[in-house]
Amino acid sequence: MRLKITHVTSYSYDAPVRSALQKLRLTPRSGHGQTVLDWDVSITGGTRQVSYADQFVNHTDLIKVDPGAQHIEIVCQGHVETENRNGVIGIHKGFAPLWLYRNATPFTAPGSTLRALVRQLKADHGDADALTQLHALSDMILGQVRYETGRTDSSTTAETALAEGHGVCQDHTHVMIAAARLLGQPARYISGYLMMNDRVDQTASHAWCEVWTDALGWVGFDVSNGISPDDRYVRVATGRDYRDAAPIMGIRQGAGDEHLQVSLQVQQ
Amino acid sequence: MSKSRPTFDEMLVGEETPRPPYSAYHRWFSNEDLKDLRRKSSEAEAFFRRIGITFNVYGQADADERLIPFDIVPRIISGREWSVLERGIDQRVRAINAFLHDIYHRQEIIRAGRIPKEIISKNDAFLPEMIGVNPPGGVYTHIVGTDLVRTGENEFYVLEDNARTPSGVSYMLENRETMLQMFPELFAQMKVRPVSSYPRLLRRSLADCAPPATSGRPVVAVLTPGIHNSAYFEHAFLADQMGAELVESHDLSIENGRVAMRTTQGFQAIDVLYRRVDDDYLDPLTFNPDSMLGVPGIMDVYRAGGITIANAPGTGIADDKALYSYMPDIVEFYTGEQAILKNVPTWRCSEADSLAYVLDHLSELVVKEVHGSGGYGMLVGPAASKKEIAAFEKKLRARPSNYIAQPTLALSTVPILTKAGLAPRHVDLRPFVLVSPNRIDITPGGLTRVALKKGSLVVNSSQGGGTKDTWVLGD
Repeated sequence: MRLKITHVTSYSYDAPVRSALQKLRLTPRSGHGQTVLDWDVSITGGTRQVSYADQFVNHTDLIKVDPGAQHIEIVCQGHVETENRNGVIGIHKGFAPLWLYRNATPFTAPGSTLRALVRQLKADHGDADALTQLHALSDMILGQVRYETGRTDSSTTAETALAEGHGVCQDHTHVMIAAARLLGQPARYISGYLMMNDRVDQTASHAWCEVWTDALGWVGFDVSNGISPDDRYVRVATGRDYRDAAPIMGIRQGAGDEHLQVSLQVQQ
Repeated sequence: MSKSRPTFDEMLVGEETPRPPYSAYHRWFSNEDLKDLRRKSSEAEAFFRRIGITFNVYGQADADERLIPFDIVPRIISGREWSVLERGIDQRVRAINAFLHDIYHRQEIIRAGRIPKEIISKNDAFLPEMIGVNPPGGVYTHIVGTDLVRTGENEFYVLEDNARTPSGVSYMLENRETMLQMFPELFAQMKVRPVSSYPRLLRRSLADCAPPATSGRPVVAVLTPGIHNSAYFEHAFLADQMGAELVESHDLSIENGRVAMRTTQGFQAIDVLYRRVDDDYLDPLTFNPDSMLGVPGIMDVYRAGGITIANAPGTGIADDKALYSYMPDIVEFYTGEQAILKNVPTWRCSEADSLAYVLDHLSELVVKEVHGSGGYGMLVGPAASKKEIAAFEKKLRARPSNYIAQPTLALSTVPILTKAGLAPRHVDLRPFVLVSPNRIDITPGGLTRVALKKGSLVVNSSQGGGTKDTWVLGD
């Protein structure tokens, strides 16, 4: 499937910015069933400082907001050819060792609620093969963490989201990663794009996870939608959790609030 | 290491006979008047106060700035002894750099089964942000301070590798400066190899590791956390001696893809940053977001080849105490040679058998925290009270994998000058090593730390230790 993506992120500041940097992971790479035909990231109100591949081989740009700016806009657009591999990503690439994806991170550190979830999974599906267990886990999470926007934020941990019972795709993904790691499986966070069938304008960029299984290698799970990714998905960045794979991570000096606006179109 | 063996004194055999490296010094000393020497000793102290070598002790609010006591009796090492140390250190430092490259790339040493995976995968000193980074020139540890102790004529052990940011080199330089001023006649009589080239070699060594983005003569700067840091004096001293800028967080920003410092002529890009700020505080955008001591974005510039950070972030994995016991294997794996310098036998308390042994022998052992430094949080069994041992046992049982244990070594002694004349005190040695792409320079000498209290084995300056000038003879 050939997807056309236009993703505009803009920040407005109440007061002129003294100094601000943004780390962008907004450029998809070819591979794993996707081919990037063309891609462009253009910035107004800021200047690209460096570009490099990070420890997870994510294409990363460091942007400096122009001193005194009150508005910055990041426009990503391009075409990606995708194929449906039923969520199977397969072999592990890069220098990041598999064990790194088994270690808990601040977002995915398990507490009593996560441990109880995994105990329940083992009680109900202990005899099933790994893949079946993981699909069951994904269903359990969607059942226990109701999709609801505005109740959690980008700093909510997996344990909190699960205990409070609501969240968005980031929270679903963190809960799935945390539970998979408790099962002893390496798991990683994916940020990217999803074309929802019924609309062109998407509300936000998407997140899902991949879990390592001995039989198939990396396999994707989109907990929020209850499926494994197909050709409507574009992988952009990966890492141990949101902090590693966040599309935009910033640091800012200066008074005043920041207002974020996102528009995203994904279409065939 | 057995208790019955007498302590090795580096100067004297028995009461009177000097060992060969000390013969000339001993002859000179015998003809000196003790009162004159005592007076010179107080002069030395005044000298240090005047130039401002003081340090802060953590956890002692009442004594903000203190002078590290200096003893005027030099520690003397023969050229032959030194050449063995030199080869051993060179080998160890080469192995450490190869290990760091491997551990942040293919991890062949784990694949080969030479170290257990868990020692890396469960270690906070492993820095994922360094995965896949190729630092300029392949150098990770630009500056190393290998801590050595001696137990006999030809017996040296490595205590710690200090591959992060070893401090103390300013004392090596100032101690020598002081000795040259006070005892010029001794230096005229004896061939003592100079240490004064260290700042020049440091600068050259750092400049040789300049990143691809460098144009022209590499610009070197020293990043300090600021005046409240215990080693601020050293940061300022080294910057001054090298002819480099001393900078703090607020002097730096990202400009045109480089880390730049504000100067009167505008921004100046820095090619090599000798940072004395810990990894976690280095970049609030990538690491601890609350850090006020670092440079936001420096890790991005680093990965893109825009700056060299010395030492590289993530080198702590190589001098971690949990990894220490594997150093002989690490040396062999990367150099294909047997380790020249010995490791102190080490019990890993994470292993059940070792823990059982350590718990049975606490009164004989030194138990250290795996990630600790500066002599804090350790138990020196033979010097501890029953109550202290019992308290420590509790901590050890609660978190065994947090500790390693080693026998108490019979550290060698070198005499210090006391009111009654010479009296032996235990010492260690920290030589300073500079690594550049094509060479390893080990300054002949180093920092000798001495436990001033009779019988004490703790040489840390924060625990009442002092320093001596270290002479390597050109024989």
